[in-house]
Amino acid sequence: MIGVEQRPRLRRGVRLSFDRVRQAHVLLFPEGVVMPNATAVAVLELCDGERTVAEIVTALSGTYSGVRVEDVQNVLARFVERHVVEVLGG
Amino acid sequence: MAEVAAPLGLLAELTHRCPLHCPYCSNPLELIARQQELSTEQWCSVLDQARDLGVLQVHLSGGEPLARNDLPEIVSHARGLGCYVNLVTSGVGLTTPRLADLVERGIDHVQLSLQGASEAGNDAIAGARVFKHKLIAAEAIAEVGVPLTVNTVLHRRNHGEIADLIATAERLGAERLELANTQYYGWALRNRTALMPTREQLDAAEPIVREATERLAGKMQIVYVVADYADAHPKPCMHGWGARQLTVAPDGTVLPCPAATAITTLELSSVVDTPLAEIWYSSSSFNAFRGTEWMSEPCRSCPRKETDFGGCRCQAFLLTGDAAATDPVCSLSPNRGLVDEILAQQPVVDVELTMRAPGRA
Repeated sequence: MIGVEQRPRLRRGVRLSFDRVRQAHVLLFPEGVVMPNATAVAVLELCDGERTVAEIVTALSGTYSGVRVEDVQNVLARFVERHVVEVLGG
Repeated sequence: MAEVAAPLGLLAELTHRCPLHCPYCSNPLELIARQQELSTEQWCSVLDQARDLGVLQVHLSGGEPLARNDLPEIVSHARGLGCYVNLVTSGVGLTTPRLADLVERGIDHVQLSLQGASEAGNDAIAGARVFKHKLIAAEAIAEVGVPLTVNTVLHRRNHGEIADLIATAERLGAERLELANTQYYGWALRNRTALMPTREQLDAAEPIVREATERLAGKMQIVYVVADYADAHPKPCMHGWGARQLTVAPDGTVLPCPAATAITTLELSSVVDTPLAEIWYSSSSFNAFRGTEWMSEPCRSCPRKETDFGGCRCQAFLLTGDAAATDPVCSLSPNRGLVDEILAQQPVVDVELTMRAPGRA
């Protein structure tokens, strides 16, 4: 489980961008392409290696209602498993 | 037929010229000469068309892509379109200034091949003295700071070096290591007897890979692929024919899979005279094995038909002469005996290799 004080970021070689052809956000990395859903995009856009998970939850709560820390942790865990996101800090 | 999805990836084989002569080269037996290669403008047009079509990932490959003097322009163009740009290279000629320029222009990732863990082993398989150039390239990659995947094709001659290959990739600073057993098409099919690892080699490799995968988790990802001859089910080749990726050969021929020239009954189209979108959506070659309608039994009624898509069309053609047959690797294929026979006929001693012909200048 990713701790609330850990700081996630996109791994080196991973880019989050917007595809004008599909009109959708895309995650580009060496092994492939993933089309993250709106929730994942909102989380990934805040993964800068500076903000902690707790701070990401706070930032999201400014825009969305009912943001739960477990949901953010789950989204991040999924991307850690895919070698898209890495977490800094104990 | 279900609606055809837009492609995600383009494998751009910029040239067949290469300083290496690996006996399992994925390029066809009949190599395309330099005079037949697309021009810079034509490649830029291919990239424009690919991006309009939906391609997001561009693998600049060959042969050796560094053999093209216009590689920097092609990189800039691909990245300018927003594509993720992967350079697939032998490393020969990849110096720090040259790489720094390419990264500045937009290379996102480098895939560097290693033929073996030692200079002697590497150079014997590459058929050229290139190991020291690869080390220089790896140093450049670390210095410039671009993510690296080391890629090694495994076979009978280097399967025993797996632990050394893992250690080497680690030392070179790779984020990923692909250890993929030879797929038997083209040159590799010609050399299959000499290349196929023994059961003992595969058994010895398994615990080494497992231990290293656990030990290096989070540092270096290891992707280990065993040749599918030993499997009960075929690989989901290309995630389905004409489903996600297309390959453009040096002369502009568009292939539904990189090995598709093996299927001599296929009528291939070219970007020289046909728009890429028309080829992707409407050509006979891309529609030949799309979806599941083309399947015959045992695939047609198989619950796995959307999982492995009937396996590999090239393998079906090469082993049975019928590209629409069930991949003979499948345990349900009436031709599985062909594969078992090949597995049973492994030589006791090493067999001589036929090296790939030099790419014509």
